[in-house]
Amino acid sequence: MKHNLVLRFITKYLFPVIALFALYVQFHGDYGPGGGFQAGVILSVAFILYAMVFGMESMEKVLPLGLLRTLASTGVLIYAATGVTTLLMGGNFLDYDILSQLPIQGQHIGIMIIELGVGITVSAVMLIIFYAFTDRRNYD
Amino acid sequence: MIFVEIISWIFIFTGALLGIAGGIGIHRFPDFYSRLHAVGITDTMCAGCFIIGLCLQTGFTIASLKLLLIFVFLFFSCPTATHALADTAMLSGLKARLDKEQ
Repeated sequence: MKHNLVLRFITKYLFPVIALFALYVQFHGDYGPGGGFQAGVILSVAFILYAMVFGMESMEKVLPLGLLRTLASTGVLIYAATGVTTLLMGGNFLDYDILSQLPIQGQHIGIMIIELGVGITVSAVMLIIFYAFTDRRNYD
Repeated sequence: MIFVEIISWIFIFTGALLGIAGGIGIHRFPDFYSRLHAVGITDTMCAGCFIIGLCLQTGFTIASLKLLLIFVFLFFSCPTATHALADTAMLSGLKARLDKEQ
């Protein structure tokens, strides 16, 4: 395992950069290209790089499969809860205008929360797919 | 201003030339390691020259800062990828084709 010293070193320093870029794509999605789907994929790419260099055992210490399943369902829950919140505040399902005094500000807040849920779910599901491909154990 | 334009276009043309050279090298070189050398030129020097030239074109804006960040990322990630490929090939026993063996 000594021979891939360069890979380990570079991965250690590239991982936070990739994660930061994922957050940039996530929260800059209103104004530029990007959004929850792309940010989720980029964040999962950072973890896949980590797993490829440091091995699946240390990856499972960082992110066990149960945590990933919880995160995947949490994102969907955030999405649905935003819709139900707008219903309870007196609008339609996912009617962002209700969320604030100004309709445009409400739309900003709504799309931000929705994209956060999408990003969490997408990155968790991508990592679950990666686990299923790489680990030969039987997940059911 | 014309001075900056000239330097920027020199960088861009150098990058284009290196890109063409790398493309020809991938097709024409005989074995894996020398092809990897061509790929390495395309990854680092070609992209680097392009980005420096485009930085000079944009001037002091947020776009040139983003281009510089892309340059730093490429500067670290591309040689690492080339190194990983060469390392894996050597560990799996691929020998370079040398001049005497023909």
